[in-house]
Amino acid sequence: MGKKAVMAGTGVVMLLFLVVHMLGNLKIFFGPENFNAYAAWLRTIGEPVLHESWYLWIQRTGLLACVVLHGVAAYQLSRRDLAARPAKYVHKQSRASYATRTMRWGGVIVGLFIVWHILDLTTLTVNPRGQAGHPYENVVADFRVWWVDVVYIVAILALGLHIRHGFWSAAQTLGAVNKRRDRALKTTATVLAAVLTAGFLVVPVAVMSGLVD
Amino acid sequence: MNLTLRIWRQHSPEDKGAMVTYRVEDISPDMSFLEMLDVLNEELILSGEEPVAFDHDCREGICGACGVVINGQAHGPERTTACQLHMRSFKDGDTIDVEPWRAAAFPVVRDLVVDRSAFDRVIQAGGYVSVPTGSAPEAHATAVPKESADYAFEHAECIGCGACVAACPNGSAMLFTSAKINHLNVLPQGAPERETRVLNMVAAMDGQGFGGCTNTGECATACPKGIPLPSIAAMNREYLRALRKR
Amino acid sequence: MDFSDYRVGEPVADTKAPDGPVADRWDRRRFEAKLVNPANRRKHTVIVVGTGLAGGSAGATLAEQGYHVVQFCFQDSPRRAHSIAAQGGINAAKNYRNDGDSVHRLFYDTVKGGDFRARESNVHRLAEVSVQIIDQCVAQGVPFAREYGGLLDTRSFGGVQVSRTFYARGQTGQQLLLGAYQALSRQIDAGNVELHARTEMLDLIVVDGRARGIVARDLVSGEISVHLGDAVVLATGGYGNVFYLSTNAKGSNATAIWRAHRKGAYFANPCFTQIHPTCIPRSGEHQSKLTLMSESLRNDGRIWVPKAAGDTRAPADIPEDERDYYLERIYPAFGNLVPRDIASRAAKNVCDEGRGVGPGGQGVYLDFADAIARMGRAAVEEKYGNLFEMYERITAEDPYSRPMRIYPAVHYTMGGLWVDYDLQTTVPGLFAIGEANFSDHGANRLGASALMQGLADGYFVLPATINDYLARGPHDPVPAAHPAVQDAVSGVEERLGRLLAVGGDRTPDSFHRELGELMWDECGMARTESGLRKALERIPALRDEFWRRVKVPGTGEEFNQSLEKANRVADFLELAELMCLDALHRAESCGGHFREESQTPDGEALRDDERFSYAAAWEFTAAGAAPVLHKEELVFEYVHPTQRSYA
Ligand SMILES: Cc1cc2nc3c(=O)[nH]c(=O)nc-3n(C[C@H](O)[C@H](O)[C@H](O)COP(=O)(O)OP(=O)(O)OC[C@H]3O[C@@H](n4cnc5c(N)ncnc54)[C@H](O)[C@@H]3O)c2cc1C
Ligand code: HEM
Ligand code: HEM
Ligand code: SF4
Ligand code: F3S
Ligand code: FES
Repeated sequence: MGKKAVMAGTGVVMLLFLVVHMLGNLKIFFGPENFNAYAAWLRTIGEPVLHESWYLWIQRTGLLACVVLHGVAAYQLSRRDLAARPAKYVHKQSRASYATRTMRWGGVIVGLFIVWHILDLTTLTVNPRGQAGHPYENVVADFRVWWVDVVYIVAILALGLHIRHGFWSAAQTLGAVNKRRDRALKTTATVLAAVLTAGFLVVPVAVMSGLVD
Repeated sequence: MNLTLRIWRQHSPEDKGAMVTYRVEDISPDMSFLEMLDVLNEELILSGEEPVAFDHDCREGICGACGVVINGQAHGPERTTACQLHMRSFKDGDTIDVEPWRAAAFPVVRDLVVDRSAFDRVIQAGGYVSVPTGSAPEAHATAVPKESADYAFEHAECIGCGACVAACPNGSAMLFTSAKINHLNVLPQGAPERETRVLNMVAAMDGQGFGGCTNTGECATACPKGIPLPSIAAMNREYLRALRKR
Repeated sequence: MDFSDYRVGEPVADTKAPDGPVADRWDRRRFEAKLVNPANRRKHTVIVVGTGLAGGSAGATLAEQGYHVVQFCFQDSPRRAHSIAAQGGINAAKNYRNDGDSVHRLFYDTVKGGDFRARESNVHRLAEVSVQIIDQCVAQGVPFAREYGGLLDTRSFGGVQVSRTFYARGQTGQQLLLGAYQALSRQIDAGNVELHARTEMLDLIVVDGRARGIVARDLVSGEISVHLGDAVVLATGGYGNVFYLSTNAKGSNATAIWRAHRKGAYFANPCFTQIHPTCIPRSGEHQSKLTLMSESLRNDGRIWVPKAAGDTRAPADIPEDERDYYLERIYPAFGNLVPRDIASRAAKNVCDEGRGVGPGGQGVYLDFADAIARMGRAAVEEKYGNLFEMYERITAEDPYSRPMRIYPAVHYTMGGLWVDYDLQTTVPGLFAIGEANFSDHGANRLGASALMQGLADGYFVLPATINDYLARGPHDPVPAAHPAVQDAVSGVEERLGRLLAVGGDRTPDSFHRELGELMWDECGMARTESGLRKALERIPALRDEFWRRVKVPGTGEEFNQSLEKANRVADFLELAELMCLDALHRAESCGGHFREESQTPDGEALRDDERFSYAAAWEFTAAGAAPVLHKEELVFEYVHPTQRSYA
C-alpha cells in the first residue's frame, strides 16, 4: 500500500505542475512578447539566490523523479493486480466508469506524450522550427502541422480522463475522502479535469483556427 | 417461469471447468435464487448427474456463505446476497449466467464453491481486540459516543462474503479489510492496538495474494451490506497515520 | 419390542452442583473444582466441535488459559456458524435502566418462563454470569446500540417486564459471534487453536468409557481423519432442522450430538422445541427454510386478526372495531410481549378459527401503524430498518404501509444432551455447551436467552469446570491403532459407503421434507397421543425406505454436498423417533410442549407437576430399539411452581 501512496503523491505533484503549466500556456493569447518573456522569466526564478535556470532544473529533476516513480509504481502495482485476478468472467459487465477503466492505457499514452513533448518543445529535437528562446514561434509552428495537433489532442484528452479518476483516486488513497466530502471531491475532480483539458486544448485549437498566429 | 441457466462446472481445483447449459421450468417468482438452484439440483440428482455445488447456510443474508456471480454481477442484480435474491428479479425466458467468485486469493473448490480462508487469515493478523476472557472492565466504564458506536456498527455489518473481492477487477480485499479496521479502530476499546492492527492486517492482506486497489469502486457497488467506498479512504488514513507514528 | 416400550431406568442425578444458598453455589463450585497448573495446560488437548457462540467463546477462552485446542466447524469459516443469524438481543441482569431488574429477577423469570422444567442452580448461575458477558463483549468491541449519552441501550423482550435485552440493531448474534470469532482468530494466530473448517464430526471416540476424540470428514477432500485429545466439547447447536422447515441455518444438524448419544450420552427432553411466533409465513412448496422476524418487533408492533372468520378485506379496509388484538385482549398485563410458546399457540388458535390472514389463512398481522404514528417513521426505521427490509425483500410487501404477516415456525430446541452442573454429559470427558445441551431453559426459552446461555457456557462456565476433569487425570495418550478408534473409523466409512451404494430413486431432501412435514403435523405446536403414535409408526418405515431408496451421486472422496446432506438426514430419521416418544411419554403440557389432552378450560398449557417434574434423560440401546428413560427429579427451593400466568 506504500507504493499506492507514492503514486498518489507524485500524481498530485504532477497535477499541481500541470495547473501552473496550463496557466502559463494561456499567456500565448497575449502575443509572442508576453509568452516568450514568461518563458525567459521561468529561467530567472529564485535569482539571485539561485543561479540562472537552477530553479528550472530543480523543478525538472523533481518532475522527472515524479514521472519515474509514478510510472514504476504503476507498472509494479498493475502486474500484481492482474495476477490477483487471473480468470475473467465469462459474462462481463463492468459498472466502473470509462475514466476508471482507462487509467492504465491512459497513463501510458500520457507518458509517451511527455517524452515526445519534451523532445518537441524543450530540447526542440523534433520541433518543425526548433528555435531556442522562441517558444511562441515553436509552438505555433507545431500546431500548424495537422498530425502534431492530433498527437496533442489525443494526449490531452487522455490526460483529462486520467485526472478525472486520478484526482479523486489520490484523495481516496491519501485518506482524504469521507462520506461528507465524497461528493465535493468527485465534483472537484470533474471540474479540474475539464478545466485542464479545456485549458490545454484551446492552444492547438487557437493556432489551427488562426486565432493565434 | 422457464429459464436457461449457464453454470460454471468445475469438478476440482485442478479441473479446467466450463460453462454448462441447463433448463429449469415452473420456477416461482417467490423463490430465492438458491431455491431455484435446489430445484435444478434435485432434477440433476434424479437424472443421475452430479448436482451443482454452491455454498450456503443461513439463507437469510447474514452468514455470508452464499455468493455467486450472476450475469457478471456479484450476488446478482440487486444489492443483496444470492440467498435473498428472488426470482422476481428475472423475467420468464431469461438466460442467466452463474459463475464462481473469481480471484487468485479465492481458488475454486468445486463448481461455484471457492476457498475464502484468506479472509480468516486477514482477521487473524489483527482483526480483534486483545482482551482475554474475564479481564474486561465494567461495560459502562467507558462511554462511547453514539456516533462512533454507529460508525463501528455500520462497518461491523460486513458478512465476509467476498463479493467485494469478486467484483473488484484487481481481486482486491480493501473493502473487507477496511470494514474490520474501521469497526475496531473507531472504538475506544480498539485504540491501544490501533496502529499495529492496520499495519498487520494490510500486510496480511497483501500477503494473501489479493490485488491492490485502484479505486474502481465496484466493490462497494456489489457489497450486500452497503459498506461504503469512503471506508477504504478511512483505512488508508489509518494506514498512513500508523506509518507516521511507527 | 417396540420403540415405544421404553423402560424406566435408574434416576440420573446432578452430582456436581453444590447445595446451600443458590446464590453461592457457583462460587463454591469454582472454588472446589480442581485446577490445572498453568505450565501443564499445554499438555492437554481439548477438542471443541463447533464455532458458534458457545464453541467460539469456549475455544478462545480455553486457548487463552493455555490449553491446546483443536476445533471444528462444517462451514468454510468459523464466523459463519448459525449463531450469526440471531437477531434480537442478549439478556443480562445489569439493571442499567433502574427498572427493578436484578440477578434474582432474571433467575426468576427464566425458571418461570421455562415452565418449571429447568434446574434452579444452573439458571441462577446463568443469571449471575450474564453481567460479565456484557462487559466481555463490550471490551471486545461489540458495537451494541447506545444512547446519545454514550451508554448502552436496552429493550424488552417477551415474558419479562424489565428492559434487560442488549442489542446491536437486528444483528445481535452476528456481532456477538464476530466478537467470539475474533477472539478465536487471535488464538489461531498465536498457534493455540488448530482450526479445521469444512470438517464435519461424524463420530465420537470413547476409550475405556471416556470421550477421547472424534472421527471427522474433510468436506473438501472427503478424507476421514481421527483427532484425539483429553476431552471433547460439543458446541454443535440445535436440531430444529429435524422439521425441515425451521429458522435454523440449512446446515444445522444433529449428527454430532446424535452420534454422542449413540455412544452413551443421555439425550434429555428431546421433545422440547420452541416455535417462534414471528416468522414470515411460507410462500409455497419450494420453501427451503423459514425466516424469523425478530421478537423485538413485538415491542412496538401490535398483533391482530379480523374479528370475523373468513374476512378477506385488505388490512387497511378493516376498521379498528372489527380487529381483534387478541394478545392484548387475552393477556392484558403482558399484551404482545407474552412468552413465545403462548404467542405461538394463540396465533395457531385464531388461524384454526378461520381468522388467519394471507395465503391459506396461515398468518396474523403484526402492525406498525401505531408505532409509526407515535415515534415517527425515522425512529421505527432506526430500530428495525434491516428487519423491515428483509421482510420486503422476501415478500415484496412494504411493511411501513401494510402490516406484516407472521406465523409461528420451529426455531430452537430446548432439548439436547443431558449435562450436569459442570456441563459434562454422562460420558466422562464429553462436555456439551450452548444449544447442544438440554440447556437452562426448561420447557421454553425466553427470548434473548440463548445467546446469553451460549456465551455463559463458553466464556465462563466450561472453562472453569473442565479444569476439574482435566486435573483428575491421568489421560494417557490413546494410540491411533486402539480398537475403539479403529471401530469408530470403520463405522463411519461403512455408513458413508452404504449411503453411496443405495443408488435409489429419491433425493435426500425429499426424505427430509417428508419427515419434516410429519414432525410438524404430529410433534409440532400441538401434540396428541394418537398423532404421536401415528408418527412413531411412520418414522421407522420412512427410515427403512430411506436406506432402500435414497440416491446419493458422486463418491466419498470428493466435495459431495449430497452425501453430507444424506448423512444428516439419516440421523434426523433416528432422532425424530426419540422426540416423538418423549412427547408421547410426557402426558402433560409444559412450555413449548403442548399436549392437547392436557389443557386448562381456557386453553392454556396444563402442567402435571405430580408426575412430570423431571428432566427426561434417554439412554440409547440400539438403533430402532426402545431406549431407557432416566429421570432427573427437579427441586424448586426458590421459585415455587405455579400455573404460569401472563394475563
Ligand atoms: C433466526 C434465529 C434468530 C435467533 N435470535 C436469537 C436472539 O435474538 N437471541 C437469542 O438469545 N437467541 C436467538 N436465537 C437462538 C440462538 O441463535 C442459538 O440458540 C445459538 O446461537 C446457538 O449457538 P451455539 O453456539 O450453541 O450453536 P451454533 O451457532 O448453531 O453453532 C454450531 C456450530 O457447530 C458446528 N457443527 C455442527 N455440527 C457439526 C458437526 N457435525 N461437525 C462439525 N461441526 C459441527 C457448526 O459448524 C457451528 O460452528 C436465534 C436463532 C435463530 C435460528
Ligand atoms: C502528468 C502526468 C500524470 C498525472 C498528473 C497523473 C496523475 C495521477 C493520479 C493523481 C493518480 C491517482 C493515484 C491514486 O490512485 O492514488 C494516477 C494514477 C495512475 N497513473 Fe497517473 N498521472 C500521470 C502520468 C501517468 C503516467 C505517465 C502513467 C504511466 C506510465 C500513469 C499511470 C497511472 C496509473 C496506472 C495509475 C493508477 C490507476 C488508478 O489508480 O486507477 N500516470 N495518476
Ligand atoms: C497545448 C498544450 C501544451 C503546450 C502549448 C505546451 C508548451 C510547452 C512549452 C512551450 C514547454 C517548454 C517550456 C520551456 O522549456 O520553457 C513545455 C514544457 C513541458 N510541458 Fe508542455 N505544453 C502543453 C501541454 C503539456 C501537457 C499536456 C503536459 C503533460 C502531460 C506537458 C508537460 C510538459 C513538461 C513535463 C515540460 C517540461 C518542463 C521543463 O522542461 O521544465 N505539457 N510545454
Ligand atoms: S465488505 Fe461487503 S462485499 Fe466485502 S465481504 Fe464484507 S459484506 Fe461482503
Ligand atoms: S473495486 Fe477494487 S480497486 Fe479498490 S475500490 Fe474496490 S477494491
Ligand atoms: S446463505 Fe447466508 S448469506 Fe446467503
